[in-house]
Amino acid sequence: MKMATKPNLHSKYRSAVDQLATGLAVAATLLVVAPLVAIFVYLIFKGASSLNLAFFTHVPKPVGETGGGMANAIVGSAVLLGVASVLGIPIGIGGGIYLAEYGRGTKFANAVRFTADVLNGVPSIVMGIAVYSLIVIPQHHFSAFSGGVALGIMMIPTVTRTTEEMLLMVPNSVREAALGLGVPNWRSVLSITLKTASPGVITGCMLAFARVAGETAPLIFTAFGNQFWSASLNEPIAALPLQIYVYAISPYDEWHRLAWGGALVLIILIVLAVSLVRYVTSRGILKGAS
Amino acid sequence: MPGSLKKVIVPLSETNIPRPDVSIEMRTMEVALPEETTTSPEQTRPVEASVVRKYLLSRGNSAIADKSFKALMAICAASIFGIVVLIASELVISSQLSWHKFGLEFFYKLNVDPDTHLPTFWDPVAGTFYALPFLYGTLVSSLVALVIAVPLAVGSAIFLTEMCPKLLRGPLAFVTELLAAIPSVVYGLWAVFVLVPLLREHINPVLMSIFNSEIAVKTLGWTGLVGETGLFGGVNYGLGMLAAGVILAVMILPIISSLTREVMSAVPHSQREAALALGATRWEMIRMGVLRNARIGIVGSIILGLGRALGETMAVAMVIGNRPEISKSLLSLGHSMSAVIANEFSEASDNLYLSALIEIGLALFVVTIIVNALARFLVWMVTRGVPARVN
Repeated sequence: MKMATKPNLHSKYRSAVDQLATGLAVAATLLVVAPLVAIFVYLIFKGASSLNLAFFTHVPKPVGETGGGMANAIVGSAVLLGVASVLGIPIGIGGGIYLAEYGRGTKFANAVRFTADVLNGVPSIVMGIAVYSLIVIPQHHFSAFSGGVALGIMMIPTVTRTTEEMLLMVPNSVREAALGLGVPNWRSVLSITLKTASPGVITGCMLAFARVAGETAPLIFTAFGNQFWSASLNEPIAALPLQIYVYAISPYDEWHRLAWGGALVLIILIVLAVSLVRYVTSRGILKGAS
Repeated sequence: MPGSLKKVIVPLSETNIPRPDVSIEMRTMEVALPEETTTSPEQTRPVEASVVRKYLLSRGNSAIADKSFKALMAICAASIFGIVVLIASELVISSQLSWHKFGLEFFYKLNVDPDTHLPTFWDPVAGTFYALPFLYGTLVSSLVALVIAVPLAVGSAIFLTEMCPKLLRGPLAFVTELLAAIPSVVYGLWAVFVLVPLLREHINPVLMSIFNSEIAVKTLGWTGLVGETGLFGGVNYGLGMLAAGVILAVMILPIISSLTREVMSAVPHSQREAALALGATRWEMIRMGVLRNARIGIVGSIILGLGRALGETMAVAMVIGNRPEISKSLLSLGHSMSAVIANEFSEASDNLYLSALIEIGLALFVVTIIVNALARFLVWMVTRGVPARVN
């Protein structure tokens, strides 16, 4: 009863600790957000000034000459991501369909799910080495194809898990309605369940796409990079993140400028993808996913 | 759907075969095509078959299709195992050369040059390959990252789940997600041009003056952590272990933070309400009701962050300094397992060199698999049985 009328030292201490903890939590959040703000400010500040038409239409100039762009790297990234998507997205979606539609609760599905999560944490450079000894060594040369395969393999676990999550969001009544109308199971899965979940599945694919779009490590010894135009699958090819890396560690100011420009382009691509995912998963039948 | 395509076609032409299973579709079909079957079976069969097939496909009688579709999907799912096996076998096969030459010593031997009596671990010209400095660099930079990131990540997770006004929660969670999506190479770029100068000009001098001050040396000299030979002794390059640790901390923050958030929101509300009903302040409620219940999952998310830090390549390769030495000072240049692969793989000239690098990759693979599996297991322990999270 005393405490209610006159707060004693102990309760003062408790509320002080409470205040302190709140303050620390706020400070921690600010410190988490700070680097992001700093990175974005720098990217926009430094990158925007080097983005011009030449950046998107020219190949890099030799050292010492100003101007030039990253057109070959942008095309190269597109080629690599194309190969990666052709390999990674169908297999990933297939795996997701199996987990959500056929394997619910089975040991096999649990093992697949667990392995996919673990595979997601394997460093990308290890994938690069594996693809190197699988494709590059037998072929005796670096190639765009091997780079695409490395990226595609990295997409599979992510796409599998997001597809599964999105399919699980689809209510069972939709499946039952399709089956009740006499639609065979496989068609019900493809044109009813998957179609219902398609916004989420597509954005999940875009998320995986954005993630591998920024990957550099596995490309160093698969796609290798190229200073000239090349869109051939059988030759070394330039890629945006690889070019950023090479330019960033070079001693030339002109190349640093291009690196910032490339980084800005990459980030815009990724922010768009992430925002889209956020937007799709915050509405409609897929609400609450991701 | 009972009754496959074959079962249906046969009874139309050869009536001695027993009738298929009871099926409404089957009967209506026989009614639809009675005369042709009896008059001239040989000639009309192809026509009938196509008609029947069309009919059946339009009705979707497809046991075979269903089975093969399921099998195809199962193959896609099993490909995940295939990838793991493929990576492991490729790495093991390609690293045989170095494994046979150096054995297990590859990972722990403190190699000393017999002539100069200086430690030499990594000398491609002389064919000396010992991975200890890379293991050391990876471990130390990851630990520095954890020391910086864990309090911040857990603090921000507490703020976002327990204290934050609803209006701010969405945008802040989005921002931390965005942080996770920034490519490693962009972090590296930022670190090289912003973080390293910042450390060199402002932060390192302060740390050095604190740790190398006379008072610190007098009182804490016995720990060996202060002074010229301590944690912050030596030359201030800006690059080095500390820079790598800081950029790694920024990179693993969102991972730890978002998983901690997930684990904390899995704690039942009744726990919070019970603590508050007993008169706990908000912090006491969080400490006793939330953190205590979620601690296993939080440890799991920290280990997951560690796994990411161990394997992070590009940003580390750009700032760690790339010198294969072991030094106590965090300001000294170092090297890490992933960075050495990224830097030297494409210029590795002979097979032993290449095989040594692949063996480092294999070690990285095994370690990250173990660390990630452990982390996923711990997170699963807390979040199992909890319905899908709805924000």
